[in-house]
Amino acid sequence: MVQEVQEYVQLCGTAIRFAFSRPFYRHDFVEQLDSIGMGSLTVVLLTGFFTGAVLALQSGMTLDQFGARPFVGRLISASMIKELGPVLTGLMLAGRVGSGIAAEIGSMVVTDQVSALRALGTDPIRKLVVPRILAGTLMAPVLTIVADTVGILGGWLIAVYQLRVASSLYWKSVTEALYIQDVWMGLLKPFVLGFVIVSIGCHVGLRTKGGTAGVGRATTNAVVASSVMVIAVDFFVTRLLFSLIY
Amino acid sequence: MPESATDVRGGAVAPVGDQPMLVFKKVSLAFDDNVVLRDVSFTLRQGHTKLLLGASGSGKSTILKITLGLLKPDAGEVWVRGVRVDEMTEAQMMGVRTDLGMVFQDGALFDSLTVGENVGFKLYESTEQSLAAVRTRVEQVLELVGLGEFIDRMPAELSGGQRRRVAIARAMASKPRILLYDEPTTGLDPITALSVDEEIVKMRDLEEVTSVLVTHQLRDAFFVTDFEAVRGAQGVEFREAHERKLDEAEFIMLKEGVVHFEGNSRELRASRDPYITTFLS
Repeated sequence: MVQEVQEYVQLCGTAIRFAFSRPFYRHDFVEQLDSIGMGSLTVVLLTGFFTGAVLALQSGMTLDQFGARPFVGRLISASMIKELGPVLTGLMLAGRVGSGIAAEIGSMVVTDQVSALRALGTDPIRKLVVPRILAGTLMAPVLTIVADTVGILGGWLIAVYQLRVASSLYWKSVTEALYIQDVWMGLLKPFVLGFVIVSIGCHVGLRTKGGTAGVGRATTNAVVASSVMVIAVDFFVTRLLFSLIY
Repeated sequence: MPESATDVRGGAVAPVGDQPMLVFKKVSLAFDDNVVLRDVSFTLRQGHTKLLLGASGSGKSTILKITLGLLKPDAGEVWVRGVRVDEMTEAQMMGVRTDLGMVFQDGALFDSLTVGENVGFKLYESTEQSLAAVRTRVEQVLELVGLGEFIDRMPAELSGGQRRRVAIARAMASKPRILLYDEPTTGLDPITALSVDEEIVKMRDLEEVTSVLVTHQLRDAFFVTDFEAVRGAQGVEFREAHERKLDEAEFIMLKEGVVHFEGNSRELRASRDPYITTFLS
């Protein structure tokens, strides 16, 4: 366990160092931006939308007890932007991107393709890990913004058509509750989560052993580890940001 | 240069200008309690071939991985073209690997790239040649292995034998001085295996590539030692090797990580050692 953490930290350090030195695989980076960003768009849109909608439905009934139904927008925007948007996007990326990366790199390891890369004079960390980590770190905030937006839209639909809150009141309430610190928190967390998810996927993939069964195990391990880490890192980053920016 | 270049051959004097391409000197490697190689020593000269024989798990493929720097030995020295490589870092090994090409057991072609991109991978990555020049070289080597028309296909569309031949083309595209073959004919039917053997002989005799061939397919090993390729009026022809050529191909038989036999094909066939006779039977 300790050795695995050491290797993970070493991989992250090497990847960060390589990100600032040549050669840089621009084509692979663009490919990963598309794969991680566009490839995850549908799942993030659906997750964000329904989370916002169900949040409005549930909180609307609770707020009713205090006669505070018009403030439903405030609750949705604060919840989505500060917490649910980053975490749910992170979990979706862990499931889709983390597993995909672990499976792809794991398959390359067990079929000697990673050894072939090294034999051909190409560093697998530069070629496989750096473009994925950079793309994941950059796309996670973009996808989080998408999730936040459609979540607030989902909340608006329920607020207007189910809870009968005036549309203008909803939007006023959405913006009123937000402080610039909340926006910073909502934007900074996904950078860290994106890095963690993709780096764990790469690390687990590169350690794959034991043929196709090993690839299966690596995929499961990547999803479990990155999902747990999304929740844990979210807590620690939130704690840190509270002390830094509030 | 290692002074051991002559020592490890039991005191044989190297001809002037005949510098060793690869030297293993008392190389040992173990994974926990499992000893994979113990005091393995040999010397490989330019244009020569070493054929590593032995049962599964005897350490044959490990020798190739140590040569490439994919594994580090626990003890001993490894020299590639006069440079000691066993103490090099991964970054330093990248330079040495320009002289080496490796054909992996199942080809290890990159699934997401076309045949042409696989073959030209090293050239696209690490040379300053123009794309057109790389494409020309890729076409040239694919023609040599008889797969010129497959340049735009994906590896998944190829048969097992075709994949091995593409792997050979990829390994030789950057004109390495040493080619390492890891069981290139395992799992192939005899006719396809023969076509792969012919490619190995062509690389050695027409491209003057020094080779290390790991196999436990004796028929393939003896084809490589007993035949040579020449350019004839009808193209490349294969004929029985001359005496000199026979001596340029040496067998190393490994048994439980130790060199059990070293010699040419005649000496191997003439051996009365029980392990070797069992292996050859």
